Amino acid sequence: MNIELRGITKRFGSLVANRDVNMDIRAGQVLGLLGENGAGKSTLMNVLCGLYRPNEGQILIDGKPVAFDGPGDAIAAGIGMVHQHFMLIPVFTVAENVVLGVEPTGPLDHLDLKKAREQVREINDTYGLEVDPDALIETLPVGIQQRVEIIKVLFRSAEVVIFDEPTAVLTPQEVEDFFKIVRGLRDDGKAIVFITHKLNEIIEIADRISVLRGGEIVGGGDPSEMTEAELAEMMVGRPVSFAVDKTPARPGEPLLEVRDLVVLRDNDDIAVNHVSMTIHRGEVVGIAGVQGNGQTPLVEALTGLRQVAGGEVRFKGEDITHAGARKRHQLGFAHIPEDRQRTGLVPAFSIAENMVLDCYYDDRFSRGPNMLWKVVNETAARNAAEFDVRAPSVFEAVRKLSGGNQQKVIVARELSRDTEMLIAAQPTRGLDVGSIEYIHGRIMHARDEGDGVLIVSSELDEILALSDRILVMFEGRIVAEFDGATAEKSKVGLAMAGAVA
Amino acid sequence: MTSPADIAAAAPQRLGKGRQRQARISGAVLLGLAALVALVFAQDVAGEATFRLSRPTDPLALPDLVVPALPFSYAAAAVLAFLGVRQFLRGGVRWTSLSLGFGLFLAVAAFLVWATAGKSFSLTGMLQATVVRAVPIALGGLAGVLSERVAVVNIAIEGMLLAGAFTGALIGSLMGGLGGLAAAVAIGGLFGFILAALVVTYRVDQIIAGVVINLFVLGVTSYVSSQVYQEYRFLNNAPVFRPVKIPFLGDLPVVGPVLFNQNVFVYGAIVMVAVATYYLFYTRMGLRARSVGEHPRAADTLGINVYRTRYVNVTIAGMVAGFGGAWFTLGSVGRFDEGMTGGRGYIGLAAMIFGRWHPVGALMAALVFGFADAMQQKLALLNTPIPSEFLAMSPYIATIIVVAGLIGRSRPPAADGQPYAKE
Ligand SMILES: Nc1ncnc2c1ncn2[C@@H]1O[C@H](COP(=O)(O)OP(=O)(O)OP(=O)(O)O)[C@@H](O)[C@H]1O
Ligand SMILES: [Mg+2]
Repeated sequence: MNIELRGITKRFGSLVANRDVNMDIRAGQVLGLLGENGAGKSTLMNVLCGLYRPNEGQILIDGKPVAFDGPGDAIAAGIGMVHQHFMLIPVFTVAENVVLGVEPTGPLDHLDLKKAREQVREINDTYGLEVDPDALIETLPVGIQQRVEIIKVLFRSAEVVIFDEPTAVLTPQEVEDFFKIVRGLRDDGKAIVFITHKLNEIIEIADRISVLRGGEIVGGGDPSEMTEAELAEMMVGRPVSFAVDKTPARPGEPLLEVRDLVVLRDNDDIAVNHVSMTIHRGEVVGIAGVQGNGQTPLVEALTGLRQVAGGEVRFKGEDITHAGARKRHQLGFAHIPEDRQRTGLVPAFSIAENMVLDCYYDDRFSRGPNMLWKVVNETAARNAAEFDVRAPSVFEAVRKLSGGNQQKVIVARELSRDTEMLIAAQPTRGLDVGSIEYIHGRIMHARDEGDGVLIVSSELDEILALSDRILVMFEGRIVAEFDGATAEKSKVGLAMAGAVA
Repeated sequence: MTSPADIAAAAPQRLGKGRQRQARISGAVLLGLAALVALVFAQDVAGEATFRLSRPTDPLALPDLVVPALPFSYAAAAVLAFLGVRQFLRGGVRWTSLSLGFGLFLAVAAFLVWATAGKSFSLTGMLQATVVRAVPIALGGLAGVLSERVAVVNIAIEGMLLAGAFTGALIGSLMGGLGGLAAAVAIGGLFGFILAALVVTYRVDQIIAGVVINLFVLGVTSYVSSQVYQEYRFLNNAPVFRPVKIPFLGDLPVVGPVLFNQNVFVYGAIVMVAVATYYLFYTRMGLRARSVGEHPRAADTLGINVYRTRYVNVTIAGMVAGFGGAWFTLGSVGRFDEGMTGGRGYIGLAAMIFGRWHPVGALMAALVFGFADAMQQKLALLNTPIPSEFLAMSPYIATIIVVAGLIGRSRPPAADGQPYAKE
């Protein structure tokens, strides 16, 4: 099945998210779609999958124009999409999520879950996915959740599959598995659209590339004839440097000391198992590890979001083991949380409101019960400009921003303040190359000012690029330590998989 | 550094702090109950408590249950103390819920024995009253479950009950009981539809829309009953649905009168709870409805019509509440009085929460509230020294303990109360 987009324009009020976009999506090919944050990639694909209606333009399937009245029509036409923010119902099982909307039923509208389970298993077998159909979604790690999304699309026998930043949340091993699946789909004759910010990935997997900037197509071509640098320049409109400017670290006195820390999960399982570490002033410590090995609870405990079950945390010699989040914040902690939509932002609030979420009570922003909105808005506007948050104004609801711009709002809030200790989980998730360059620069700047920095990322390249010291976390423990300057990627990778260094 | 063997050995270790704390709290509650029984109920009681289980005229009459009051109180206190102490020992954690449930049952039994000592009291009669009084609360709770499962907070249940009661009486007076019942269901559905239109299409705040409906219904019905019914009394004189005995089952001792010799509202409530459970958890439409309540955007991307699903479910919820409202008039007195629902709709919402947004849970919670109601009423006949208002409070307190101790944290549908905008 081939799809042509002809002159698609999509406006949100006065903002033009897509302007006169033409694009061909062909069966048996992977089309790589690139573009900086807010370029309009997700919007364009939401138009294609029937969620948004275009203001102008046409969609042609095999040469025939179609009009979608909603996602149901697009699904019926064979178009499936794996969204940037997963569209799964956390309290449903895998099988229930997969069949939702096209459920097998018996008499009296009875839901035939047995058949649903079998159908999930069939797809599992055909495409080599391993997902337990009875598992609850909320108990699954993101990598598996993504497989569920893929199964959902396959289950609806989609001929066109759209992946919106599918690899942003995956570990390197999971990315490999994912690519295998994508190649299998392509060889099956399906048309695939693949959106990502990772240029090496797109060069590896795409058959053709299109680049969006400011809602318009600005170029494209054959990946075998293009380099990462060229693509980056085409996206951002200026040359981008990939290497982090890293001067050797000059670690100072110990800043954050963690002794024998034990943290439990919600179900009382041990998540962090007697972890000890010290972070000094002026150094970046990176925690590498496959997701689900206790990094999230560790970060939550260090930032005061989760109760500590044992051990001790000291900051500048003061015991803060049981201090709340605000106390830590006032001591100079900055926190970039891993899940931006759940912990970092209030999606319905404006950019300005989100920018002062952590310090609205501060004298600068309020007098008694009154907010000084003028100051808030000015500060927010300054931060937004500095961190290149692309939005019509600071009054825009954060919910309406593109994924990458949401992330930039958090980073701007946390890094624009005078801090002493930065704890960042997946700080550049979903950001384009230009923004990554900038934020990495800011993190190094914070370090050189004498801040302690703790980075948790499943992106090994990011850890290697930023860290002065690398700790590897496996099953709740620190199992290996490497020097940032000399660490070899393969050795760190092995330690992450549980092979002891 | 650490070897993999160490890690493997440490992994399965669990601390279980939260559950241990819960066990301790239940233990303290049980010990408190033991003290209450021993120090209050076992003092100045004498004689025997006689519980009547059936009437002498019943075909299968059971003998009366005669309990010697003092020994029973001490025995109950001893068992409670034993259960309480157990909670603090190793292994208590495993039996927390069961012990607490049984303990509360014992405490209530001890209380009844104390209150009845030296007298006789119809246990079956009280259980029958419990079921009857639970009906409007259960139906209100069920209406809440149906609408909150699609993420529409339904404060308007109180108004829907009242509208059902009023319309049932009015149309019932003119056209007979069945006509009144149908009209009550229809008016409930109409208000459900109006609520859906307000909150789904016009995105009015859900609480405010509900309050508006409640005030509107209260105003209109109060006006009509105080102004119009004074002159035209025949408009407020509806027939009442009499209990219908189910052959054979109705003759069983205790369960017969409690469950199988009731009017159409009791049977209707039980059937509706069963149907709603089947609908929500075993059908295609139910799966879709729940998905709309949990994550409407995800449902939308799968081609499920979020708006229509909300309209349909909230309208059905309104019909259920309208049926429950008719209970007040067609099911008991046949006459409408100003504000006669007396907050049962809100108690129904509480039942929904205690019942964890599940129809059966809501029914069970409603039975607890119904028991409270019935006990307050019947104990007034026994002349206990405790003021009846205070008695009426105790089961609610028990409910709170049960919810906190047995059920733990319950979780509403994730999108509950949030409007959905497509773009
Ligand atoms: N529902 C909406 N209402 C208003 N504006 C919107 C809405 N959705 C997106 N936008 C705006 O449209 C523009 C394009 O957003 P889009 O999500 O398509 O970007 P993107 O290319 O996917 O970026 P990213 O890589 O960060 O995900 C952004 O400026 C965004 O603020
Ligand atoms: Mg996007």
